[in-house]
Amino acid sequence: MAATTEGHQFRVIGTRPIRHDGVEKVTGAARYGADYAFPGMLFGRVLRSPHAHAIVKSIKTDKALKLPGVKAIVTGADLPELPDRIEQGGELPINLHHLSCNILARGKAMYDGHAIAAVAATSPHIAEEALRLIEVDYEVLPPVMTVEDAMAPNAPILLPALRNKEDGPDKQTNVAAHIQFKRGDVKEGFAKADYVIEHSFKSAMVHQGYIEPHNAVGIYNSDGHATIYCSTQGSFVVRSLSAAVLGIPEGKIRVVPAEIGGGFGGKTTIYLEPLSVLLSQKTGHPVKLTMNRAEVLRASGPTSGGTIRCKMGATKDGKIVAAEASLAYEAGGFPGSPVPMAAMCILAPYDIPNILVDAYDVVVNRPKTAAYRAPGATNAAFASETIINELAEKCGIDQCEFRIMNGAHEGTPQTAGPPYKRIGMIETVEAIKNSPHYKSKLTGKNRGRGMASGFWFNIGFQSSAMVNIHNDGTASVVTGSVDIGGSRASMAIITAEVLGLDVNDVRPLVADTDSIGYTDVTGGSRTTVATGLAVFEAAQDAVRQLKERAAKLWEKKPEEVEFNNGLLSSKSNGVKPMSIKEIVPRLGRTGGPITGRATINARAVGPAFASTCVDVEVDPETGKVTILRATVAQDAGKAVHPSYVEGQMQGGTVQGIGWALNEEYFYDAKGVLRNSGLLDYRMPTCLDLPMIETCIVEVPAPGHPIGSRGVGEVSIVPPPAAVANAIANAVGVRMTELPMSPGRVLKAILHKEVSAQSSAAAD
Amino acid sequence: MDKKTVVETTINGEQMEFLCEPRQSLLEVLRDVLGMTGSKEGCLTGDCGACTVLVDGRAVCSCLMLGVEAEGHKIETVEGLAQGSKLHPLQQKFLENASLQCGICTPGFLMSAKALLDDNPHPSEAEIRYALAGNLCRCTGYDKIVHAVLEASKASTSKAA
Amino acid sequence: MHAINYEAPKTLKDAVALLAQHGEKGRPLCGGTDLIIQLRAGVRRPDYVVDVKKIPELNQITFDLQKGLRLGAAVPTIQIYENADLLRYFPGLTEAAHLIGSNQIQSRASVGGNLCNGSPAADTTPALIALGAKCRVAGPKGERIVAAENFCTAPGRTVLQPNEILVEFQIPVPAPHSSDAYLRFIPRNEMDIAVVGVGASVTLDLEEDRFTDARIALAAVGPTPIFASKASEALEGKRIDAATIDRACKLAVEQSSPIDDMRGTAEFRRHLVGVLTRRTLAIAIERARMV
Repeated sequence: MAATTEGHQFRVIGTRPIRHDGVEKVTGAARYGADYAFPGMLFGRVLRSPHAHAIVKSIKTDKALKLPGVKAIVTGADLPELPDRIEQGGELPINLHHLSCNILARGKAMYDGHAIAAVAATSPHIAEEALRLIEVDYEVLPPVMTVEDAMAPNAPILLPALRNKEDGPDKQTNVAAHIQFKRGDVKEGFAKADYVIEHSFKSAMVHQGYIEPHNAVGIYNSDGHATIYCSTQGSFVVRSLSAAVLGIPEGKIRVVPAEIGGGFGGKTTIYLEPLSVLLSQKTGHPVKLTMNRAEVLRASGPTSGGTIRCKMGATKDGKIVAAEASLAYEAGGFPGSPVPMAAMCILAPYDIPNILVDAYDVVVNRPKTAAYRAPGATNAAFASETIINELAEKCGIDQCEFRIMNGAHEGTPQTAGPPYKRIGMIETVEAIKNSPHYKSKLTGKNRGRGMASGFWFNIGFQSSAMVNIHNDGTASVVTGSVDIGGSRASMAIITAEVLGLDVNDVRPLVADTDSIGYTDVTGGSRTTVATGLAVFEAAQDAVRQLKERAAKLWEKKPEEVEFNNGLLSSKSNGVKPMSIKEIVPRLGRTGGPITGRATINARAVGPAFASTCVDVEVDPETGKVTILRATVAQDAGKAVHPSYVEGQMQGGTVQGIGWALNEEYFYDAKGVLRNSGLLDYRMPTCLDLPMIETCIVEVPAPGHPIGSRGVGEVSIVPPPAAVANAIANAVGVRMTELPMSPGRVLKAILHKEVSAQSSAAAD
Repeated sequence: MDKKTVVETTINGEQMEFLCEPRQSLLEVLRDVLGMTGSKEGCLTGDCGACTVLVDGRAVCSCLMLGVEAEGHKIETVEGLAQGSKLHPLQQKFLENASLQCGICTPGFLMSAKALLDDNPHPSEAEIRYALAGNLCRCTGYDKIVHAVLEASKASTSKAA
Repeated sequence: MHAINYEAPKTLKDAVALLAQHGEKGRPLCGGTDLIIQLRAGVRRPDYVVDVKKIPELNQITFDLQKGLRLGAAVPTIQIYENADLLRYFPGLTEAAHLIGSNQIQSRASVGGNLCNGSPAADTTPALIALGAKCRVAGPKGERIVAAENFCTAPGRTVLQPNEILVEFQIPVPAPHSSDAYLRFIPRNEMDIAVVGVGASVTLDLEEDRFTDARIALAAVGPTPIFASKASEALEGKRIDAATIDRACKLAVEQSSPIDDMRGTAEFRRHLVGVLTRRTLAIAIERARMV
């Protein structure tokens, strides 16, 4: 098995076996977090603030406690106080005080839905009834709902203790952070430009929309150890954060990851998990907590809406010479929007000599935002990628050509960090340009075509893996990476490739936090790349041990033993090659069973680029936009299981289309969420979409043995801009607000007609 | 007020009896009383289809039906789709086409698709999309789901009831 | 959900007696696609839920060319779409019924339930109004007939007293050269509540190319579904031409009183009333020309 992959012919990698956990999932046997039940289990529910901004003056639980069937009630007072500062714990900086306050409010409700108390009772209905009996005295305060309002002078201050570096220790503020990136001199750059386009954009808060609500079952044992069963993207994150919030040592908590019904970043943090343990501790029973859909929308972690001002300049031969952007993103009730990432992504696909990007993280009375697939990048790309098209049009250059001319490539500087290594940005644009879709003629009234590109970093971070060789010559591969999209199959594929086994002779398992070494989240597009790397190395470790055993049996040196296509042989002759199956009976006497293991911290992983083309038809009388055709091209480096890579591309594209057309949070003047259900939080149904054509581009990631790049996120980034560009092509209006719902599109069309009429009248 | 009722019904071809409160939905009964957790809760408002079961052959959101209403009806859930260890063509095609990523919506889609194919064995893509509009998927973008249903419709001839 | 009692009477008489007994504490349960959501949300908190699906009169569809259509209030909408007579004689009502949500919702939801829920956005109500449907209501003191356009009184409220039950809809056989149509505007292609809905029924004099009769009704643009009487009258006796239809559309817009909400602004809705009235009339006219 070669150590690098360019030009390498794989046997299993790149094939499409049926996923190993497939039968359980299609028969309803697979157990997701809410499917767990234990003897004596109680059911919990959370009381949530009906006010967007309020002081919680008192909480009276005595009436609720008297309701038959109610066993315990907890509030913020039952959790320890944690430091109000950024801790560099784990992989991402986090303010534990804010995290804990988000889990149960401390004296102040920061958004409609903010958790105030939690109840455990013998049935979920009784728990629900108990919530009505808890008496909370609120002093309602005026809500601050938009970044504009929060940043205005004399805006009500939401977090009295919040300070930012720029304004210093004495100024109260709602701006948690201001980050800036620059390169060159934008003033000079714009002076050189023949065309300068500048627009202000707005985008609405949206939710990841996973179909499975949050859940946790907590079991606290009298010896002080607790077990949490939950649907999460990161069991180790649940362990460390729950331990911190509860004030108990990490080692006392074991997290068993259940199957997970979608996450997209929204399940990389904690909400119910520490509450389930706390209630279990108070009642002496296992306690199951779940969110209902209204709670998911009100009180989990949607992603930021906000404002973006973007300005780009190009010479008339099509070279972008300068770009400037200012982004203000909603953080929610506590700091931490993805605006820093947005700032780094907004210009990332291009080679631009002069840039200036300012980004503001702004606290508002909305739920604390959490990661959503390429966090921050999608709304940013809506701004930059539509301006790119306008510039291309001004220069008279095709939208794909313009991007190829200005596309980032190996050696191009990044907004932050070292220059790009080998990347596939331009290749994805070329894939679109050469696609049957782009080459086809689009005919019909009010129809248009638009494309856009997008970037996402992808993370590496830590993973552990073990490969066990079994007595029948088959293997199992154990990782800590929750399988959210078919990754078990990929782990089995990689293991089978290295061991020369049939992919169905490898059983992939996802283990709990005690059974496998530390593993970072299934997120950040890292699983196939980083956990795949750990699996690859663990399998190589098993091969090394197999070679040592063969050497012992053959009385040769290990260096003389080869392993190819599942067979051990000797470089020097005189021995009959042995398969794993044949050597296994002799492992005992040569030293014992074989388990290969590896732990890694994947550094310098390849970033991801995607380009997406859509055709739309606009009904000019209603503003409704129909997606006629969509194609997404994405650089996957090397697709380990192409069907699941296509699946990520298609899924992200459709989330991007929903973000483009109809998804948004509606808050009323009091800051109460009006659309806390899936009727009015409108995600695309299959009737709203055509087939999504995919084109997997493979520009191998340097330094990775398989050449894989993370694929899970970037496909969500281009679609809103691509749809906007298509609308512009169809009916000549440029949309600057997301979502481009029918009312907004119609308004733009009518406004354009009125302007056209008045300028015609003026002539 | 909370008095539980005995309900007699048929689930996946088996006559069954269960005890439930009137306020428990059919979904709760399946999951919490009978331990059949294949049907999932996604929204409780009939907007996502994750709880879809068949009642007398028709797709229904089990979250919008009371357990007591099941009396005398024929209920089919995802647990009854396979014949022993032989998967239903829809289940097989979902696996072959990688039509599931997280899998939480899959039971609901399978039941809706089964109701469709039982009624219309050779639907067009448009008919499939219309029939499945009540099932939300956030992972796949629906493409591979529609392909699986198209393939399953070609694979099976007449389905024995 | 709060604790409830469940009853499933087998006759209309028993149902009426139960509802009379419970008064405000009772609520009929039909398809459950509205009520169960409301029970969970605590919006309605009856102690007794009276299942009407076992009552024969509420669950049958009868149609003949003399008496017309009698549509049981509890018939699931999927059965309407599968009924050849309804498809043929009442295509507008049928398509309105078919638009109420997904297949899963259609298996349970009923036109009667849709009306009794009292939503101004209910899809089938404008179609009923356009057809001149009459609602047969049974109560402890006997029965009464209510015109569909008078049934809803405010958002979520109807003329039904707590002890009354909606039994069936009575719709006359369409006159020759009559047909109906229903269109609604929603942001997606399914699963949404109507932003605006328009139902229209027309009777044509094909020789003179005139409207003999017309009824236009609107959904989601007022506190109740609206019978656009002025728009309807503006068509009667007039030639079937663009100017006439334009005038009817303008009058329909004038008779609407939409509000701004998260599904649409009043301005957007008024615009859509005009657009959909034109489109709905076009379909109804084309159908009417062919029968």
